[in-house]
Amino acid sequence: MFDINPFAQLSSSVPPLVMQLFVIVMILMVAGGTLFDIIHKGSAKYFFQLVNKSRTNATINTSAGEKLAVVVKTTAHDVLTSGEFCSTRRRIAHLLTMYGFIIYVVSTVIMVFSYSSLDTLTPAILPYLWWLGGAMICIGGYWFWFFIRVDVSAEGNSPFRLVRADLFVVSLMASVTFGLIWAYLQGNGNSWSTLVLALYLITTLVFFGSVPWSKFSHMFFKPAAAYQKNLAVANGGRRNLPPPSDSPAIYGKAQRHTHNY
Amino acid sequence: MPTFVYMTSCDGCGHCVDICPSDIMHIDPVTRRAVNIEPNFCWECYSCVKACPQNAIDVRGYADFAPMGHSVRCLREEEKGTISWKLKFRDGRVKDFVSPIRTTPWGSIKAVTEYST
Repeated sequence: MFDINPFAQLSSSVPPLVMQLFVIVMILMVAGGTLFDIIHKGSAKYFFQLVNKSRTNATINTSAGEKLAVVVKTTAHDVLTSGEFCSTRRRIAHLLTMYGFIIYVVSTVIMVFSYSSLDTLTPAILPYLWWLGGAMICIGGYWFWFFIRVDVSAEGNSPFRLVRADLFVVSLMASVTFGLIWAYLQGNGNSWSTLVLALYLITTLVFFGSVPWSKFSHMFFKPAAAYQKNLAVANGGRRNLPPPSDSPAIYGKAQRHTHNY
Repeated sequence: MPTFVYMTSCDGCGHCVDICPSDIMHIDPVTRRAVNIEPNFCWECYSCVKACPQNAIDVRGYADFAPMGHSVRCLREEEKGTISWKLKFRDGRVKDFVSPIRTTPWGSIKAVTEYST
């Protein structure tokens, strides 16, 4: 089951060109939605206002080399390892979901564009990666949804409460879950696979089409915000925060206050 | 002097929701970021400001005694046991303060139940 390319199997009823057009439309919806989000919310305007404010408060002149070092540090710490999260559980869940999403999307695109017909032999690793990515998204996503989400852990709301802020996570998990179920049912020749395929397509459309209303774009904005935050530390502005204390630890390791998660 | 949240810095972790004694720091249902839902009820205790791991919460001073252009920010470093304050006056003067979070070792104060009756 895990070594079967579900899109090649699907090509017996849906032409590969249609699948490829669908993927292209999704990509365009992401690009268009993100641009609309930036223009409508004025995110870029506020971001550059923050950049100018940081320059005004700067006490150290940062060279191009230092800025490049900030970029490398931000990429390594904040982007690749989600270092911004202070909660370890949240960080692990985010890493699972993030890398799962990347593996899932890349393997989907490769299979749809290069191996979407039954005539071409799909490298065995691709379907495995597709299933692995989907599983990682489901593990990280459901863990976050039921146990780590701040609405549940800090606000005490029911895990089944749905608000607009949940649009991104819910549509992602629904899309991936239906995708995995569809691949499984199609592989077994189950007639329900057509219905599940329809649900897969609808939830995928919702996921990629709701970019202006969901937090999808955070994957583009957060690295920029993290870079700005680290640059503010490097140029001495520090967003008006006091510098780290150089006092030695007097009373040993402090006990952290209790959390409910 | 109600608190407000810098949305670009907030990651919606909920520490401020846990610690607010007035129960007015909550999570916005659209952005899933912290928000002060009732600034009028804010005690100005700075608990959320100190608890925020991203230093995403700031306090807006009332204009009658804290004119525009000022800034009061604090950084609580639990590992070092210190809390630092940076005061910026509108005339450009800056004052930095560093204080210990406590003057007795962590865990040295007896709980109420540990006292004999």
